[in-house]
Amino acid sequence: MTATAPANKKIGWGLINLLVILYALIPVLWIVSLSFKTADTITDGNFIPRSWTWSNYAQIFQIDLFTSALRNSIGIALISTVIAVVIGTMAAYAIARLDFPGKKALVGVSLLIAMFPQISLVSPLFDIERAIGLFDTWPGLILPYITFALPLAIYTLSAFFREIPWELEKAAKMDGATPLQAFRSVIVPLAAPGVFTTAILVFIFCWNDFLFAVSLTSTSRSQTATVAISQFTGASQFAEPTGSIAAAAVLLTIPIIIFVLFFQRRIVAGLTSGAVKG
Amino acid sequence: MADIVLDHVYKRYPDGTLGADDVNIEIADGEFIILVGPSGCGKSTTLNMIAGLEDISEGELRIGGDRVNEKAPKDRDIAMVFQSYALYPHMTVRENMAFPLKLAKVDKAEIARKVEETAQILDLTQHLDRKPANMSGGQRQRVAMGRAIVRSPKAFLMDEPLSNLDAKLRVQMRTMVSKLQQRLETTTVYVTHDQTEAMTLGDRIVVMKSGVVQQIGSPQHLYDEPANLFVAGFIGSPAMNFLPATLENGSLRTSLGDLGMPDRVRRALEAADAPREVIVGIRPEHFEDAGVVEDHVRARGSVFTAEVDVLESMGSDKFAYFKIEGEQAMSDDLAELAADAGTADVPDSAGQLVTRLSATSQAREGERSEVWVDTDKIQIFDPHSGANLTSKDPATANA
Repeated sequence: MTATAPANKKIGWGLINLLVILYALIPVLWIVSLSFKTADTITDGNFIPRSWTWSNYAQIFQIDLFTSALRNSIGIALISTVIAVVIGTMAAYAIARLDFPGKKALVGVSLLIAMFPQISLVSPLFDIERAIGLFDTWPGLILPYITFALPLAIYTLSAFFREIPWELEKAAKMDGATPLQAFRSVIVPLAAPGVFTTAILVFIFCWNDFLFAVSLTSTSRSQTATVAISQFTGASQFAEPTGSIAAAAVLLTIPIIIFVLFFQRRIVAGLTSGAVKG
Repeated sequence: MADIVLDHVYKRYPDGTLGADDVNIEIADGEFIILVGPSGCGKSTTLNMIAGLEDISEGELRIGGDRVNEKAPKDRDIAMVFQSYALYPHMTVRENMAFPLKLAKVDKAEIARKVEETAQILDLTQHLDRKPANMSGGQRQRVAMGRAIVRSPKAFLMDEPLSNLDAKLRVQMRTMVSKLQQRLETTTVYVTHDQTEAMTLGDRIVVMKSGVVQQIGSPQHLYDEPANLFVAGFIGSPAMNFLPATLENGSLRTSLGDLGMPDRVRRALEAADAPREVIVGIRPEHFEDAGVVEDHVRARGSVFTAEVDVLESMGSDKFAYFKIEGEQAMSDDLAELAADAGTADVPDSAGQLVTRLSATSQAREGERSEVWVDTDKIQIFDPHSGANLTSKDPATANA
């Protein structure tokens, strides 16, 4: 009896895990399946396509708009991520470590930004950007992305910085390090998992954004992939471009998967264990 | 190596509280000095000011004769061992110990040689390539020591370095620290809240309370001649017993009965213009079972009879606890000591008299027993100022 109890528990947990995975993955698999279906079988409701085709993928790369949009998406998301993470790291470090006047106000304001409904800012932003010539440019998207990614970055990173024992920094100072040396050789290596986690979150936020992208751009100069997909047209006015949309959606998830896999190895939990106490 | 001088040093926080209040300490070259006191007494603040981790509000700090108030920690050439060890978790033991040398731009061969040498001293050679996370508390503690001694600094600062170890290891490490300091002959400032550590390790002890230095002296001096109630109660384990007493007709009326006053005490009290109400302090070992005291010795002390509440036999001695009837000694110092020790929350702990009797004593639990007090050794304190009225030390009598 006692020997089978852990086995039963294992099976139980396995079933629950399977359920969660299916719940998360079935929509994804569905869209993958759609992207491989031919135009006449697309509405047959079969989960596994009866006839497979690459034509949907081939087709979207023939649309100029999509390739340029992909380039825009990658560029804008990467630049926004780098800037937001660099600024966020410094701000979070200050918030976690220093006591300065206005600290609470700063944290409060950044929280306020995160809570602000983005839709309410779209029309003012539209007007402002048109007035100062940022409309339909890369900076025109990068700026609002940084603004909205920063609260997220600051919150995640300051939690990580708070985890790093302050005494390590004091120890580095006593060992003869300048503040910059202490930051570089002690704090940054330890905060690296946090920085990478934040980078992934910010990148996903920028990559997936549709609202700003559709409102603040108008041409292939700066339209991002999410917007491009929404503007796909079928072969005729009556044909739904479902296959192409599915293929493009699948393609859009690939950079994120690569990004996560690439940084995953750096996210080693419990890196700071062993620093202090027993 | 260098001497360290704190010259009228103050630490004032923005809210006006004083972390260190006119601290004057002269630490000789090569001396092992202990800062001891309850939590919040300013000992760690003082240490951090020496380290440069906290600014000095007023006064001067000199290391090796040079004023260092404005110098950054890295320019003071002193090493510190932290209570939490503060090892760099992403570095191996070797890298941890090499870190200060690397920052000082020592060449690689020299670093390797010094790290090996230090590892040898601390018995860490076989652990050099391990990360701190895989090490025991004692090993981590030694790595922290190693990182401090590897660059032969002018002085070591240690902030409760042993308090995270379990009791047995702590005793072992205590002797290790003591031997290490004797071997290196480096000026060491050691902070602890444990009076046993203070007594056993230091050349001299600085007792602090609320940012104020209470007394500085050798362990034995602090034990024999405490400057005030606080030092008397803090140093020594079990602690000194305190009884309220009234001076009457040349004797001390206490709840134990009248205690005779030897000439030394009487003269000191007259000189100090003592109040009528005082507090008598008697260390546990200055009691003895009246039955085992020889007659001529017995004559110089006083004897009282009381019921033994609890008797603990340690083999070498017997600890007999008596209940004290009547009111208890009250003073700010004593209240603070009780709060620090946590005894304020324990019922009956205040009204207890601890005595150390010899192993041959016939005392039994629950029976009345005759106990002799060596009145020659008693100390008398002013209940208001806390000052020791019987101290032979003129400098501390007024502290």
